[in-house]
Formats: sequence, structure tokens, C-alpha cells
Amino acid sequence: MATIILFAPLIGAIICGFFWRVIGEKAGQITATSLLFLSFFLSWIVFFTHDGVTEHITIMRWIDSGSLVADWAIRLDRLTAIMLVVVTTVSAFVHLYSFGYMAHDSAFPEDEPYRARFFAFLSLFTFAMLALVTADNLVQMFFGWEGVGLASYLLIGFYYKKESAGEAAMKAFIVNRVGDFGFALGIAGLFFMVDSVALDDVFAAAPELAETSISFLWTDWNAANLLAFLLFVGAMGKSAQFLLHTWLPDAMEGPTPVSALIHAATMVTAGVFLVCRMSPLIEFAPGAATVIVYIGAITAFFAATVGLVQNDIKRVIAYSTCSQLGYMFVAAGVGMYSAAMFHLLTHAFFKAMLFLGAGSVIHGMHHEQDMRNYGALKGKFPVTYWIMMIGTLAITGVGIPLTSIGFAGFLSKDAIIESAWAGGTTASGFAFWALVVAALMTSFYSWRLMFLTFHGEARGDKHTHEHAHESPRVMLIPLYVLAAGAIFSGMLWYGSFFGHTDKVAKFYGIPLAGEVHAEASMEGHTEATHDEHMADGTAEAAHGDAAATAHEDEHATEAAADHGDDHAADGEHHAAFGGRPGEGAIYFAPDNHVLDDAHAAPAWVKVSPFIAMLLGLGLAYLFYIRKPELPAKLAENQKPLYLFLLNKWYFDEIYDAVFVNPVRALGRLLWKKGDGATIDGAINGLAMGIIPYFTRLAGRAQSGYLFHYAFAMVLGIVVLVTWMTIAGN
Amino acid sequence: MQNLISIITFLPLIAALILALFLKGEDEAAQRNAKWLALIATTATLFISLFLLFGFDPSNTDFQFVEEREWLLGLKYKMGVDGISILFVMLTTFLMPITIAACWEVKVRVKEYMIAFLVLETLMLGVFTALDLVLFYLFFEGGLIPMFLIIGIWGGKDRIYAAFKFFLYTFLGSLLMLVAMIAMYVDAGTTDIPSLMMHTFASETFPVLGIQIVGGMQTLLFLAFFASFAVKMPMWPVHTWLPDAHVQAPTAGSVILAAVLLKMGGYGFLRFSLPMFPVGSEVMSTFVFWLSAIAIVYASLVALAQEDMKKLIAYSSVAHMGYVTMGIFTVNQQGLDGAIFQMLSHGFVSGALFLIVGVVYDRMHTRDIAAYGGLMVRMPVYALIFMLFTMANVGLPGTSGFIGEFLTLMAIFQVNTWVALVATSGVIFSAGYALWLYRRVMLGDLIKESLKTIKDMTGREKAIFAPLVVMTLLLGVYPALVTDVIGPSVEHLIGQYEVALNDYTPATELALAGDH
Repeated sequence: MATIILFAPLIGAIICGFFWRVIGEKAGQITATSLLFLSFFLSWIVFFTHDGVTEHITIMRWIDSGSLVADWAIRLDRLTAIMLVVVTTVSAFVHLYSFGYMAHDSAFPEDEPYRARFFAFLSLFTFAMLALVTADNLVQMFFGWEGVGLASYLLIGFYYKKESAGEAAMKAFIVNRVGDFGFALGIAGLFFMVDSVALDDVFAAAPELAETSISFLWTDWNAANLLAFLLFVGAMGKSAQFLLHTWLPDAMEGPTPVSALIHAATMVTAGVFLVCRMSPLIEFAPGAATVIVYIGAITAFFAATVGLVQNDIKRVIAYSTCSQLGYMFVAAGVGMYSAAMFHLLTHAFFKAMLFLGAGSVIHGMHHEQDMRNYGALKGKFPVTYWIMMIGTLAITGVGIPLTSIGFAGFLSKDAIIESAWAGGTTASGFAFWALVVAALMTSFYSWRLMFLTFHGEARGDKHTHEHAHESPRVMLIPLYVLAAGAIFSGMLWYGSFFGHTDKVAKFYGIPLAGEVHAEASMEGHTEATHDEHMADGTAEAAHGDAAATAHEDEHATEAAADHGDDHAADGEHHAAFGGRPGEGAIYFAPDNHVLDDAHAAPAWVKVSPFIAMLLGLGLAYLFYIRKPELPAKLAENQKPLYLFLLNKWYFDEIYDAVFVNPVRALGRLLWKKGDGATIDGAINGLAMGIIPYFTRLAGRAQSGYLFHYAFAMVLGIVVLVTWMTIAGN
Repeated sequence: MQNLISIITFLPLIAALILALFLKGEDEAAQRNAKWLALIATTATLFISLFLLFGFDPSNTDFQFVEEREWLLGLKYKMGVDGISILFVMLTTFLMPITIAACWEVKVRVKEYMIAFLVLETLMLGVFTALDLVLFYLFFEGGLIPMFLIIGIWGGKDRIYAAFKFFLYTFLGSLLMLVAMIAMYVDAGTTDIPSLMMHTFASETFPVLGIQIVGGMQTLLFLAFFASFAVKMPMWPVHTWLPDAHVQAPTAGSVILAAVLLKMGGYGFLRFSLPMFPVGSEVMSTFVFWLSAIAIVYASLVALAQEDMKKLIAYSSVAHMGYVTMGIFTVNQQGLDGAIFQMLSHGFVSGALFLIVGVVYDRMHTRDIAAYGGLMVRMPVYALIFMLFTMANVGLPGTSGFIGEFLTLMAIFQVNTWVALVATSGVIFSAGYALWLYRRVMLGDLIKESLKTIKDMTGREKAIFAPLVVMTLLLGVYPALVTDVIGPSVEHLIGQYEVALNDYTPATELALAGDH
């Protein structure tokens, strides 16, 4: 079944891309879309029937060189299953949506088959993404990793006649390659240390790597830290994290369905997936984990600040994506991989929806993307408006504080913020505050987007506003589906991703460790106390008390053998994660208590993102509804700050000055001075004596004599050799 | 079949002889006949060489299909293939029909042009199959002449300069090799390559002009061969003949030059340097690593600055050959597998890239990048093929370009992480120059008046690319086709190398044990 899920999009891409001529463009599009829906249905079946046990399906041999063996294979565990549903769901509905969105694109003449090309690229992307998430070894993951990069390049540059699109596509590919550079070195390092690229072998070797040092460049490093860090560099590129983020906003040059699928829901989350996939390694690499937390937190904060002032509707959402990815990395970095995956899942729904909603507006507004030319569109786009409203409620994190009832983003984002608080290190403390502030800004820019687009007065070209129209049904259906996800996905899977240890463990197929660990009772005890603190959750409170009492008894007996029995008996709330690295889809080290600590976070921690959200909403309301003149005034008063943010902290300018231009100049210099003056100069100098002689010959060559002469020579040699051979016999 | 290798090697030559002796006239019919005969001869060679491939037993690491005959002056005619050389033979026979088909539109001295290519094929095949030092040298040097003529007669504006530069560079390199060969004969008393591979050349340190030569005789011999092979590769800094030669060579000449002739250097390292001078190789390996790493970065940067399409691809060839030399001297399974794979893949990919330039050159008669732009508007098929080979060139997984690059990087990391770091940065730069080329030629709006009527690829052109597309994807998805054939021979070579090194000094044993 997984094999069909993986290959159906590839077949769709091939049929749609090459055989549309035979079956017609429309039929090509329909084929690609139906094959994706096939993958979509099968993925959900896999997701619901998966029992947590890792499956390996080998498809074909691939690379086989000495001990480096990498097959085309599928690794099916909970992480894969989650990614399968995320990727195929968003992709299937983006395909559907594109029927409407790409129906009449003024950028192409009517006779150009751009639709077939578009659908083929979308399906190709989906295949590469699925190859990435199903990879059973690092090399196949790298295949998917670069494959999605290619698809992203092709789709960003889809409007190939536009200079800016070509440039953005190139930038995306090259910046991603900077990340891949780290990823490739990471794979090389792991292969060097473990002598295998199979995930299982790498996981099994993780504890050993933590004890080993590796000599890299000028000094020795802790192997686990260094290799985890190198892999993370790859993740930074793909997930547009701080320093390697510059390509993502430019990637908005692509058609909007592409932004929704690739640059919001799936490809950019590949980095998060990678870190979660490598959890057994990260758990043994505290140094790398700290870096991940810092980078994630800085990204979440930085991207949110830039998002505050952007005017292009897609760029606002792009920076928002960047910022939300930072949240996920923080979660992964503090060791709460399941929370990172939780946010990845919910974010895919609401962010894809926001993009598609924005696409609906852009489509209806004749490709106008500047929010300064929007306003009062609520009446023109009634459905889109409510969809965007749901998306905004989800991303800003609206819900009932201290319960697990709310929009998807409320549950997953709060889970991350609580995890950051529970991380207990300097880095995670920093991350906690950065994320809370970012939550405020998220709320501000999200509501700003809503108010500027749908409320207030109509601005810009009158004609455009008059002709604005709601999108056709084929574009709205995907929005309904994603809206359902944005509302319910958080509440539905809260328990599985961020609930009690035993639930999470069951979901991911992680064995529980209560029985084997001698210190289990101590752990159990602290957990029980935490549970007691949790007076907030209605049902949970009761559980907590029960657990606590049970543990008091247990302590009294003090017999190791009894622990197991007690655990089995009293409703397993204070179970701890166990198992070896690689058992289960995610590995939690025995000393990783973040989940329990996060559950036990004080009420103010749990409420803080909610308050931040309210503040952001209030500010946005003040700025864009009550006193619309205020933003301009503020921008005028704080001009340097405003420009700093508007120009995205000047990253593009700095990179151009520090990397791009010097590299180009160096290339020219090496060519003219290195190859030209130095090398050829030296050799010409050497040959100066011979050259006059040869030029005379050259004169003859042109007349044709030399040809005959040399040719006779060759033939002579050849005849001689043959004759001697035969004669010698 | 006892004479299989000889038949394969000399079949093109016989065709050339027939052309030279029996084909008269310069009219169109004669031209067509010359082309058809060349195409048929090269295709026949390809089919016959398939027997070689299918008859070859990869698990046997000895030379197979060996032919040995007496020659005059006590010299021997000895040919054969092993796992290392057989795929180079296949590469040559595979690419020749494509090359001939690519010069279908040539109108000047067609007969001689065909003869030159046919002779060249024989000489190239001879290089890869010769098992006698003298024979090898004849083929190796002989190959220079037809290529020299192809550039000098059918080339571009500055063809004479380029042809002489090409000739001088490679010829001067070879002279040193000749001296070394004589020294080897004096020392070992034989010119038989398999025997020389078993022979141990002296490796005691001795002084030359007051400088202590570590590895002694072996290092000196290594350096002499290195001079020749490094020019052929070409390695930095003796690469400057290549861009000029490529720019001036006709399309088909560039294809063969990039796809096959450059591989002779790499093949030489594998056939001579590693097995015959293991100590010399080991002593010089760090030096070679750094030259390779510099080549990768330097050539990539220079490629970034190019304004001529062919020059850009020529520099990218230099960078890609950097992975090959780097991989070879790691002397581990991934390194050697990767290096051989990279050479084969580069044969298809760079050959295709030069053909791609040829397609638009035939239409517009310029290789100036600035003369193009927005071709995708009118040439969708061309755009697709160009994209595929651009991606193969940057080493995208799923294409053959990835495997070699990846394996050599895995290999070098085990040996020298600094070099690994520098070499890996090549993945960034290659994306830079390749995509920038693509963008300037293909993307953007088609605004240049001269390009408004340009036509997409013809059926003949598509047919030329088809086999290259197939090979690039096939080897990218199922590289075991190659690694299964070369694997045992490579393993054997590494084994011999390590034995030789252990005899040299036990101190290196530890370092090597760490690798495997």
C-alpha cells in the first residue's frame, strides 16, 4: 500500500507531463489529480491502521559500494504515517484547487500547455516529498530532499518569462544547496563513524556516538553533536531558518497553490521532519539541540518582526510560515519531537488554507497582491472571508485557556511554548520568551492581514474592486476541507501528540520503560507530583490524584518487582518512555522529562500565549480599524526601525555584499588573472621559443598540407601495428 | 571468440581504410556515403562490444579476453579487459555512433572528418585495452593526432592556437611518461602490464639534487606518469588547454574530447599509478587531494564568470574531474567506485551538454550566452532536455551525476575532512553556474529579434539525445549496473595496494585499517 502511495504521484506526473498530447490536457490534469486522491485515501488508511510497529519495504537496489549500501526502500512508522497524510492531503486538495486557479492564466498564451506542465510539476513534487518522508536510509532521504528542491525550483520559476521568477527560483535552489552542503557532510560523517547509512544502524549507534570523538577540520568534536549539527544545517536550508531563510519570501514568485503546498505545508517542514526523524541522534547531542533551540527561537522572533510590516499578502504569510517553522524547531530542540510534529500537522492545515484563501483573493482581484490596494473585500468574498477567519483564529491560537478545546494552532502552539518552558535550560528559557513575544506579533500581523484585506475602506484601483469576484466552487471545496482540519485537528490528536506519556508512546510505538529502569520509582514520583500540580485539566486532575496516591503506596513497598505491577494496575499515567534508540518512531532519552514538565507548567505559562494573542489582536484592531492613520504615523516616527523591518533586516543586501558579489568577482579574477595571466602566461613564456616554429607549420595546416601529412603519419602507424600483429602471429 | 577485442578495436580503423581508399569525390552522395559508413561501422562496433560486456565475468578480477601475440623487436601485442577498463570500452563504443550522428550537418571535408573519428575510436579503444606498455603508449599518443586534426581543421576561428595548445600540453606531459616507461622497462625487464602490476619498484628514500625523495623511485615514476595523466584529466593548474580546445573544437569533437579523451587520465591513474607505484601514490595523495579540491572550487568559480557556453561547460568538466582524482587517491571502495562512476557519468552528461550547445550553435552560430534568452518560449523540448542535463551536471540524486559525486565525497571524508569540506562546497557552486547558465539562455521573455524564429529540436536531434537521457536516468536510479561490474576489480586493486603499502612500512597500516 505504501508503495502505491509513493508511486501514484510519479505515474501521474509522467502521464500528465508527457502524455497530455495523447490524452488531452484536461485528461492529463484529471489523471494526475485522481492518482493523488488515490494516494490521499490510502495514506489515511495507513494512518489509522498503523499500529506503531516500524515496517521496512524494500523496493529495489540502489547504491551498493562496499559497506555503503542504500536501497530504494520505504520505512513505515508513525512519523512516516503522519507525513503521508499531511503531504497527500494538502497536495490532493491543492491539485483540485489548481483546476480553478490555473484555469486562465494571462501570463501564458492560450495554446501553451502550461496547465499540464503545472500539474506534472505538482505531482513530481509530491513524489519527491513522499520519497523523502518514506526514506529508510539517509541517501534516499537526500534524494527526496534534493528532489523537492528541484520541484520547488521548477515551480517557483513557473512564470519563466518573468525575470524575478527566474531569479527567485535560482536563489531558492542555491540557498538550499548551502543547507545540503551541511547535510551531505553529515551523511559522510555518519557513514564514516557508523559504516552504514541505514537509519536503523545510525540510531543504534547513537549512544556510542555520544561517547566518541571525531576529528573534523582543525580539532576533535563530540561525534553526536557535530553530526547532528551538520544534519541540522541541511534542515535550516530546507526549512528557511534564520541565516538561510532568504529564499522563502522570494519563493512567493511561484503560483499561489505552489506556495500553499510547497512553501507552507510540506517541503519547508522537511527540516523539522529530519530533526524528528533523527531524534535518537539529537537526544544524544545536547550541544546540537541547543543550537536548534536558539536558531528556532530566533527565526520565530525575527520572521514575525518582518511579517509585521510587509504589504504583499503572500509575503506576510511567507514570513509567518518561517516564524512557525521556528516554533517547530524549538520544540524539537528541547526534546519534544511529538509537539513539533503536532504543530507541523496543524500548521499544514491552517497555513495551506491561509495561502489558498489568499490565492482566492488574488485570483478574484486580478493578481493584485498588495494589501494596500485591498480593503472592504468581505462582501465580495464571503466564503473566503470566513475561511481566512478560521485560519486566523487557528494560527493566532484561539481556544479556551487551560483546556484542550480550541482551534488547531491553539493546542499545538501552546504545546510548544509549554515545552520550551519545561526545557529547563538557558536556551529553552530564551526560546520561551521569544516564542511568547512572537505569538503576540503573529496575532498582530494575522489580524492586520484580515483587517487590511476584508475590512476598512476599499483602496486602490476601483475597477479591480468592482470586478472582484468570489472563486469558483472547485477552489472553495479544498478550503472547506482544510478548514475542517484547522478547526478540529488540534482537538482530535492532542492526546496522541501531547497527551499523557502512555498515549504518546502508544501512538509512536515507543515501548514504556517503567519496568526495567531501577530509577523508575523516582521518576514516577516526580511525575506524580507534577500531575498533582495539574489542577487545571478537568479529567486530568482526578487522574493525577489517583496516580499520586498510587505512588505513595508504591514507595512504601520499595520492591522493584512491584513497580511493574503497579504500573499495569493503576492506569499507566506515570509511565516513562523507554526502549532503545530506533525503537518506535521517536526516541526519548530516559532523562527527557519535558513532556511531563510541560504538563505541569504553572498556569501563567499556559495562559501567556493566549494573553499575547489578545494583545496582538487588540493592537491590530486599534491600528487598522479604530485609528487607521496610526500605522503611517508610527512608521514616520520610527523610520529607521520601520525600514529595517520592511527591508527584512537587510539580509539580502548583506548577503549580496558579502557572498554573491565577491564570489562573482573572484570568479572573474581567477579567470582573467589566474588562468589567463598566470598559468597561460607562464606556459606561453616557456613555449615562446617553439611558437614561431609552430606558427609556420600552422600556415601550412590551413592550406591543407599538414592534414595530409599528419594523416599519412597516423595511417602509417596504424598499418604498421596491424601488419606487425599479423606478421608476428 | 579469441579475437573479440581486436575486432572491436580495429573495426573502425578498417572502415576508415575503406573510406580512405575507395571513396572518391566531394559531392553530396559521397559525403552521405561517408557518413553512413561511419555510422554503420561505429554502430556495429557497439553491438560487437556488447558481446564483450555480456561475456565478461565481473567476479573474475584477472584480465579477460586476453590476446597475446609476438610483435617485432621482441615487443608484444597484448590486449585484454578487466573490471576497470571494460566500461570505458563500452563508454567509447556507446558514444561513437552518437558522435557521428551529431556531425551529420557538416559539409567540409566530410570523408576526412569521418576518417578522423574512426581512427580516433580505434586509438581510444586501444588505450583502454592495451596490456603492453609500448602498445599503450602508441595508442595513447596516437589519439592526440586525430583530435589535433579535428580541432585544427574543423574548428572555430582560433582553431590553430587551440590545436597547438592542446597538442603541446598533452605531448609535453607524455614525454615524461615515456622516460618513465623506459626506466620501468630497465628496472623490471618487461613491458607487460600485468607483470608490471605485480612488480615492486624500489621505494627507498634517496636524495635528488639534495632533496630527499620519500618513496624513492616509485615517487619519481609516479610523478612522471602524473605529468601526463594530470594534463589529460585535466587537473588544476594544467587545465587551461581544455577550455580553448573545447571552444574551438566542432561539436562532435567536444563531445569525444569531454566524454572519452579526458577519461584516459583517470584510467591511467587506475591502471598504472595505483597498482604499480602504490608507495608513490600514497606519498603524493595529499598533494593530489588538494589539487583536486582546488580544481573543484577554482573551476566552478571561473565557470561562474564565463560568457561563452562551451567554456562554461569546459570549466565545469574540470571541476567534475576534480571529484575523480580525489576519489581515486582515497583508495577505498567508495572512492574508486565513485571515481569510475563519475567518469562514466560525466561521459554521458558532458557529452550531452556539448551537444546541447551544438543545437543552438547550429541555429544561431554563436555560443555567446548573452545572445540568447527566453528560448523556453519557442523550444520546450530543448528546455526539458537542457534542464535534465543541467540537473545531472549539478549532481541531483536520481541522475547519474549524483552517484559519483556522492561516493567520492563519502570516500574523502574518511581520509581528509578539510579536503572534504572544500570539495563538498562544490555542490553549491555547481548549482550556481549551471542554473545561471540555464537562466540566461532559457528563461526570461524572448525579446531578441534574432531568436524569434528559432525552431525546436528536430527528430534527428531528439534521437541523438534519447540514449543519453536513458543512460543518465538509468544509472542514476540503478547504479548497480556499473558498481556490480567494477566492484570486484576495484576491491582487488585496493587489496593489492594495501598489501604493497604494508610491505613498505608497517606504520601506515594503522591509518589504513581505520578506513576499512
